[in-house]
Amino acid sequence: MAPRARIRWQSRQPSVIPGFGLALGVTLTWLTLIVLIPISGLLWRSSGLGWANFFALAFDERTVNALAISFGTAFVAAIVNLVFGVILAWVLVRYRFPGKRVIDAMVDLPFALPTAVAGIALTTLYAPNGWIGSLLEPLGIKIAFTPAGIVVALVFVGLPFVVRTVQPVMEEIDKEVEEAAATLGANRLQTITRVLLPGLLPAGLTGFALAFARGVGEYGSVIFIAGNLPYVSEIAPLLIVIRLEEFNYAAATAIATVMLFLSFLMLLVINTIQSWSRRRYSNGA
Amino acid sequence: MEVRVQNIRKEFGRYPALEDVSLDIRSGELVALLGPSGSGKTTLLRLIAGLESPTEGTIFFGDEDASKKSVQQRNIGFVFQHYALFRHMTVLDNVSFGLNVRPANRRPQAAEIRRRALDLLELVQLSGLEKRYPAQLSGGQRQRVALARAMAVEPNVLLLDEPFGALDAQVRKELRKWLREIHDRTGHTTVFVTHDQEEALELADRVVVMSKGAIEQVGTPDDIYDHPVSPFVYGFIGQSNCLDVTLSRGEIWFEDRPIGLRAASEPDGPATLYFRPHDIELVDGCGCLAGLVTAGRRVAGTRHLEVSLGRTQPPVEIELPPERASSTDHSRVAFRPTRWKLYRGAGDVARGSVQAQSSGIELAPTGT
Repeated sequence: MAPRARIRWQSRQPSVIPGFGLALGVTLTWLTLIVLIPISGLLWRSSGLGWANFFALAFDERTVNALAISFGTAFVAAIVNLVFGVILAWVLVRYRFPGKRVIDAMVDLPFALPTAVAGIALTTLYAPNGWIGSLLEPLGIKIAFTPAGIVVALVFVGLPFVVRTVQPVMEEIDKEVEEAAATLGANRLQTITRVLLPGLLPAGLTGFALAFARGVGEYGSVIFIAGNLPYVSEIAPLLIVIRLEEFNYAAATAIATVMLFLSFLMLLVINTIQSWSRRRYSNGA
Repeated sequence: MEVRVQNIRKEFGRYPALEDVSLDIRSGELVALLGPSGSGKTTLLRLIAGLESPTEGTIFFGDEDASKKSVQQRNIGFVFQHYALFRHMTVLDNVSFGLNVRPANRRPQAAEIRRRALDLLELVQLSGLEKRYPAQLSGGQRQRVALARAMAVEPNVLLLDEPFGALDAQVRKELRKWLREIHDRTGHTTVFVTHDQEEALELADRVVVMSKGAIEQVGTPDDIYDHPVSPFVYGFIGQSNCLDVTLSRGEIWFEDRPIGLRAASEPDGPATLYFRPHDIELVDGCGCLAGLVTAGRRVAGTRHLEVSLGRTQPPVEIELPPERASSTDHSRVAFRPTRWKLYRGAGDVARGSVQAQSSGIELAPTGT
């Protein structure tokens, strides 16, 4: 075992950048303190439940619904963010207009604003008697207190991720590539769909994954706008809090474990796709 | 296809990049646009391509006015200095791109597109690499993909912007020869931009020398080298020396003595004498240029000597066979230009004159 391990470590070529051991040590310690210990605590608690107990708690109908709502709305919100985030990044990179810097700074606001504030503000707007809600009400569209409201809140908190991951990649796109497409007879739409967007795919996927992960775990903004009806608009993080308030720690742990597992699985899949596409056409010209 | 550029002017903001440029490019010709950076050569190329639109003037492709057409409609092939390949596409997809984006009624069948792309890859000697991505190719290979991609659309004219500029010397030389072969085989009308005079002279049928947004001279490589029409062309193409001289009664004087060259029809007054380092002969005695050898270096088959002719003049450079030069190192050398040219006035072309020498070389006066 030892020799094999050694070979793997040494497969890193002797490097001109010193401090690999130190840096890796700090990284591992840090990750352990911040991430690994809390998560293993969670797993340890849930392992105490026993399989039968765990499955009963985790696949309780209300829990399954809450998980479906959490992952479903986070997915939809991440898709929306992918589309509009790319457009927003495009505008910020490609055009010069007055107020560009202000808009650029505004993109980061969802990071800074307390999510509860965002949730309350969005609820006020989208409630049936709010500015936007009152316009949609006659059309029979309800946003606040439905899953649609959750999506709105998650779009808000996830916005910066796609913009900030796509923006730098977009800045590096060579103007010549577009010109090359044009000289070959491609019209504007073909240039965008066949040349530009595929090049943004890896960055877009990263942004999508981040926005999605953020959406799954989001709590503060959602609980105000969701209405929190069990089976309809109750998200999994809220259900965990409810179980905690009932002192039902076993159920809370079980839900948390399932969430952890699902999130990890989805992020793993996305990262795999992404590294595959990145490997294919990185550092090319 | 024949390309005619008529009275093109191009300004970027207030800055004029091209001023009243006209140029005829014959069908099937390989033309080099040669000039230092900022001479407007790339701008001219991009105007022909339609990547820029002229401030004034017209460009004809054959008998058709192309200046109103978009770059997509002009059907040209353009090769960029930094390849500009689509890096998320395989080599094959890159080459087929131009055919794949055609509207359905003009698009060949998928199998036909594939066949044509593979044929082109064979032409550019990249068979077997069609499944690779650009990131997996060397610079020279990438540029060949770019050329195949440009030729796939069967362009009216093939335009290359410093195609070998990003490659190292060895690959450059190979690709240069190879481009000439491809051109001879396919017969595309081709225009390429370069700042490398050697590349232009070696590769092109005709060379267009540009400077400061205007065309200085158009001609075959021989014309350009042997009969430069302006001091700029003389100085830019190949090595040259220039000396401030004075004309007096048809004789050329350097400082306080005649140097044995005659320009009988020229009026008296100051002028500038141009000659190339290899166009000289060593002479004994006086009636010549003489000075001290201050430095010597061996370049390939010849020895280059730097000769100081006087304290007020910059040193001139002459080339000699190594065996003759060895005896003159760090000593006095006397020589006389065998082919030379005089320019009068403030950099303008006045009259050039080359004269028959006692050495028997036939040199006719060249008026311009």
